[in-house]
Amino acid sequence: MGDIARVREVNVDDVRKVVAELAIHANCFIGDDIIHKLEEGREEEESSLAKNVLTQILENARIARECNMPACQDTGMAVVFLEIGQDIHFVGGDLYDAINEGVSEGYIKGYLRKSVVKEPYTDRINTGNNTPTIIHTEIVPGNKVKISIAPKGFGSENMSQLKMFKPADGVDEIIEFVLNVVREAGPNPCPPVVLGIGIGGTMEKASLMAKKALLRRLDEPNPDEEVRRLEERLLKLVNELGIGPQGFGGKTTALGINIEVFPTHIAGLPVAVNVSCHATRHESTVI
Amino acid sequence: MSKTKRLTTPLTEEDIRNLRAGESVLITGKIYTARDAAHKRFVETISRGEELPIKLEGAIIYYAGPCPAKPGQIIGSIGPTTSGRMDPYAPKLIQKGLKGMIGKGLRSDEVIEAIKKFNAIYFAAIGGAGALLSNRVKDSKVVAYEDLGTEAVRELVVEDFPAIVVIDSEGNDLYKMVRESSTSN
Repeated sequence: MGDIARVREVNVDDVRKVVAELAIHANCFIGDDIIHKLEEGREEEESSLAKNVLTQILENARIARECNMPACQDTGMAVVFLEIGQDIHFVGGDLYDAINEGVSEGYIKGYLRKSVVKEPYTDRINTGNNTPTIIHTEIVPGNKVKISIAPKGFGSENMSQLKMFKPADGVDEIIEFVLNVVREAGPNPCPPVVLGIGIGGTMEKASLMAKKALLRRLDEPNPDEEVRRLEERLLKLVNELGIGPQGFGGKTTALGINIEVFPTHIAGLPVAVNVSCHATRHESTVI
Repeated sequence: MSKTKRLTTPLTEEDIRNLRAGESVLITGKIYTARDAAHKRFVETISRGEELPIKLEGAIIYYAGPCPAKPGQIIGSIGPTTSGRMDPYAPKLIQKGLKGMIGKGLRSDEVIEAIKKFNAIYFAAIGGAGALLSNRVKDSKVVAYEDLGTEAVRELVVEDFPAIVVIDSEGNDLYKMVRESSTSN
């Protein structure tokens, strides 16, 4: 029982405050990793239309940052990831209520768009405060909590796909699937895109890894050498598709591809591709 | 690339005939916003034989749902949404006189046919450039379906609103042209 002293109390009201701030910040500040990739793409493009589109996207990010305005009007469904140290004890109320209150507060105070409807297939009435939040939790060692928010727009979310491959299929089939996802999406997800890919696990594990891969900076490849090579190979192939910025043609179809892998069942090989846009947003804080 | 053309709304038949897929334009004048929920209501209204809340003849509809305006702002971020979701409704509106659509992404064959048949035009604005595009909006007022919030129909006055002709009145489709040229490489 000696370890009990390490247990740390965290008031859920602090979680609420952090979530509200992160929601606003994530929507107005496009990461410098994305900005660098956009600038690199603009250098490489040959057509004036492609260059012009990337210039406008960069200009948009600058206006958003300087005017504290959402870069994209689709401020997304708020996806919150919590990495909770196992030695944390939350006090002061319900953790999930606090997260939802934080999202609501951030979206209202930040003049962000409320894009969530209550009934998915019937009345589709807007809930008015962008809740409920999609919340994913993970228990990790320690007594800290890492809170990440990734507002996810649906222009790109709608272009995402999952496929359950046979073990006989290999890397070539996975590559062809990913290329098809990008081809089929064409101009719809606001290219240049960012792809989060989950390979392995179960159906929902692959999808969750794909989503979580979008939280990784584009200048931080997967630490596993083989996975990193697949990320690079796929990025090259996607950019050879010619779709280009906004689907008007060019070399910059994707800014980055992040892959996460996990062991899977003897009978399966799930692959999920979560498509995201040039306004791929995420912010994190540790309490 | 051809130089940027300036267009003023309402678009004339002649304006539309002269536009070609791939051209960049700057649009000035009145346009309306409408997206999924408003389109559903438009088409339900038409099928009941009732009058629409906006005059479609010669109009441009921008597929967009803005962020709320901060105090002192005309409108919040306002980029285009994916047009394909409006495809089931668009041919009926084009038939009723709608001339221009601004959005992003692919259109169905039915929409392209209606564009050709009725001399209409489909533009793309830059998806995700909501902050930049909001600066080109000089006035905004809700004219219908206020209960829909961001999805309400707004009348916007825009100035030099940047867009690209994607589908022209002859049915040329920039996205298809790009796809064909990249597969032939």
